[in-house]
Amino acid sequence: MSDRAELVVFWIFAVPLIVSAIGVLTARNPVNAAMSLVVAFFFLAGIYVLLAAHLIAFLQVLVYAGAIMVLFLFVIMLLTTADDQFQRARFKLMQGFGIAGAAGVAAVVVTAVRDLGPMPMRMVGAEFGTLKAVGRLLFTTYVLPFEATSLLLLVAIVGAVVVAKQRI
Amino acid sequence: MVPANNYLALAAFLFGLGLAGVLVKRNMLVVFMCIELMLNAANLTFLAFARQSGNLNGHAIAFFVMAVAAAEAAVGLAIVIAVFRTRGTLNVDEVRTLKN
Repeated sequence: MSDRAELVVFWIFAVPLIVSAIGVLTARNPVNAAMSLVVAFFFLAGIYVLLAAHLIAFLQVLVYAGAIMVLFLFVIMLLTTADDQFQRARFKLMQGFGIAGAAGVAAVVVTAVRDLGPMPMRMVGAEFGTLKAVGRLLFTTYVLPFEATSLLLLVAIVGAVVVAKQRI
Repeated sequence: MVPANNYLALAAFLFGLGLAGVLVKRNMLVVFMCIELMLNAANLTFLAFARQSGNLNGHAIAFFVMAVAAAEAAVGLAIVIAVFRTRGTLNVDEVRTLKN
């Protein structure tokens, strides 16, 4: 892909990504926020493909947009509350500080990135980021963390059941 | 090639949005969604540097971040359900037993 075409594709994914991420913040209804987040995850998967991270892009759609967001929607469905619960509170001073702080953090990091100077991408082979290459890495160098992940997920499942269930 | 700076700036912006959401939003569930947004920004940074240096280790880390995010979502949402059951609210401002 030529440089210009790649830049165009980058913006095609980046602009809707930012818009839908802002949608998560501005949505009044949590279901709308969740749907905006699903859209954001899809566009982020596109950005990952642009970075030649094919396996991670695939997992992004499967795990994030699929499994995790379905979990979120289930909980939203279980805990439907009156809509006016959050509209009572007015815009507070502390919220202004929160927005200012977050904007400050983002501005500092963006400035730091700009000051790094252009960092051109290295040429990578066709196998970079594929299931084969990443899988080989996961099962050789990272085999211990990989197995620990299964333990982590088991603990998370047990913990979720213990915390959420009324009587065991 | 798009330089890595674009991706890093995008990730910083995404992280800022997630941070703003965590600080500003009052609905517990939306706060959780914003945490997911921040985790994704971190993932994007890992993948951008992996591509920039031609090193696959970033992909392995991104994979583990995803696993941790899944575990965090499961336990976090269970806590949200437990809080809702005992307090009947999802508003983070009203859950302040430890404040006094």
